[in-house]
Amino acid sequence: MKWKNLIKVAFKSIVKNKMRTLLTMLGIIIGVAAVIVMVAIGKGAEQRIQNQIASMGTNLIMVFPGSMQQRGVHMGPDQGVRLTLDDADKVKKNSTLLDAVSPVVRTGVQVIGGSGNWSTAVWGGSEEYLKIRDWKMSSGEFFSAADVRAQNKVCVIGQTIVKNLFANEDPIGQQLRLRNVPFKVIGVLKERGQSAFGQDQDDVIIAPYSTVYYRLSGEPHINQILARAASLDQMTQAQAEITTIMREAHKIQEGQDDDFTVRNQTDIASTAEETTKVLTILLASIASISLLVGGIGIMNIMLVSVTERTHEIGIRMAIGARSRDILVQFLIEAIVLSLSGGLIGVLIGFIATYIVHLATEWNTVIAPANVILSFGFAGAVGVFFGYYPARKASSLNPIEALRYE
Amino acid sequence: MNSKEAVIRTERVTKIYDSGEVQVEALKGIDLIINPGELVAIMGASGSGKSTMLNILGCLDYPSAGDYFLDGIHVNDLDRDQLADIRNRKIGFVFQGFNLLARTTAFENVELPLLYSRRADSGDPVQLTRQALERVGLAERAHHYPNQLSGGQQQRVAIARALVNQPAIVLADEPTGNLDTRTSIEIMATFQELNRQGITIILVTHEHDIAAYCHRIIEFRDGKIIRDQALPHPHAAGQDLETGRWKTAAGQGAPS
Repeated sequence: MKWKNLIKVAFKSIVKNKMRTLLTMLGIIIGVAAVIVMVAIGKGAEQRIQNQIASMGTNLIMVFPGSMQQRGVHMGPDQGVRLTLDDADKVKKNSTLLDAVSPVVRTGVQVIGGSGNWSTAVWGGSEEYLKIRDWKMSSGEFFSAADVRAQNKVCVIGQTIVKNLFANEDPIGQQLRLRNVPFKVIGVLKERGQSAFGQDQDDVIIAPYSTVYYRLSGEPHINQILARAASLDQMTQAQAEITTIMREAHKIQEGQDDDFTVRNQTDIASTAEETTKVLTILLASIASISLLVGGIGIMNIMLVSVTERTHEIGIRMAIGARSRDILVQFLIEAIVLSLSGGLIGVLIGFIATYIVHLATEWNTVIAPANVILSFGFAGAVGVFFGYYPARKASSLNPIEALRYE
Repeated sequence: MNSKEAVIRTERVTKIYDSGEVQVEALKGIDLIINPGELVAIMGASGSGKSTMLNILGCLDYPSAGDYFLDGIHVNDLDRDQLADIRNRKIGFVFQGFNLLARTTAFENVELPLLYSRRADSGDPVQLTRQALERVGLAERAHHYPNQLSGGQQQRVAIARALVNQPAIVLADEPTGNLDTRTSIEIMATFQELNRQGITIILVTHEHDIAAYCHRIIEFRDGKIIRDQALPHPHAAGQDLETGRWKTAAGQGAPS
């Protein structure tokens, strides 16, 4: 039998029985749509986190006190080795691969000013702090090197502070009292929203590190050193350079462990990405199960249909259909069913993803690769689950099939 | 192919059904020759072996022993696929229950054997299908579905389907079994007309007044041929329909 005719026969058979066709396809439709929606949500979360990490400053390198084994844990006042302003100076002076360095002094304060008071943290940094973090101003200006040198009592505030203390007035030029030290607000940061880890990135006050260090913190050490690598390609070298400078500054003998930690955005990003990838895989595998169930549905209905159509198969064989013709007809039917189910599933998946996006405002990303993959998987399901019923149909004995009512 | 050669020739054909403990000999050495242009009725009670014979003649089954030549081809040597091709090319089936595909138009039903055909020179399928429907007088019903046609019309669609591939032989298994008397005679008139055009027809029936329209009656009993008789003057179905003689014909046929 010619291929054209086989396809014709298979199509006629599908079109003849619309209800059966629809029910058979339903499983695949739902399966494919589910895969597309789930992966779109997972990928959306992945992309959102990547964007947020990128927004933290891409070339950012951080130096924390403490050894590798204690990474991420803030040390108590009596423990471990501290970072000092001297360390930051040395890094700035001796590095060749960094285009900005800032010590960071952080201290929690009660802020009084504007319409009330607020509890937050003051971050002391250099005039390069803004550039390193890749933050933007919404109004006013960032403080200058002169402000840092002169320990001027000026500060830049985030949107959360504006909302809480200066709801009805322009904060620029206003005074804030941080631990009773008056600071002048000279700038407002652009809104940045939540971080990838759920922190409010707008609840922040930035002031010259010298002012914070000498007037507010009262502790003889700094919290971290932030630096920006001149180029993304040289992140590793830049990190190695900082490590060398810091080991020298802290007089660490060869063979001894570092008493500080150097990390960059990529480390943090890869952790977060891994987490969201796991999420995507989880969602995709749940959805794949429904696709698999859809495939079993096809097999189920095809098997029933072979029994139901035994007489028809007998007629076809009597008038000259070879076993292979029957096999191919049923196989084509299964593939056409699953592929058109897949196609409808893709369309519904697109629509459903859009609805999810509208309803929840989640970020969703439909990757073409995933669409093709789930569509292809639907086709494979058709072949896989269509083969056994097709095989069964083709091996029927024509006499018995004809006698079957 | 030699046109003078028999269309069907069987030599000592036997068929044994082996169900493990019991062996049933359905056919006990059948020698049969049917020549081109014959219109043959095969008769016999159920269990006589006539259906088994029809399955073998129709290349749906192999004989257990003996040889079967169809149109000069030794069928015993063929595999399953070749048998399917023979059925497609050489044989047209007509069944008692019409066996049309449901939800498929008359045209598509008749076209079906052409779709399974492996012949390259089979010609334009649309043309052939239309011609076959014209031969049974159903050209104007081509796009009706089986459930929109009467029993007689459905059977004539089935006959058109049997004819569409220009087979060497038409095998009809109780073609009038599901039809009333008048329609039965109409179908027989169709068969007689086709036979006049040169088509060889073998039909299985257990009704004597249907067999009376054939040129030759072969009767089976217990797996053997017990009668093989030529009818020099078969009834003319067309004439019977005109005269209404069928209403008084023996055995059955109360007028409606």
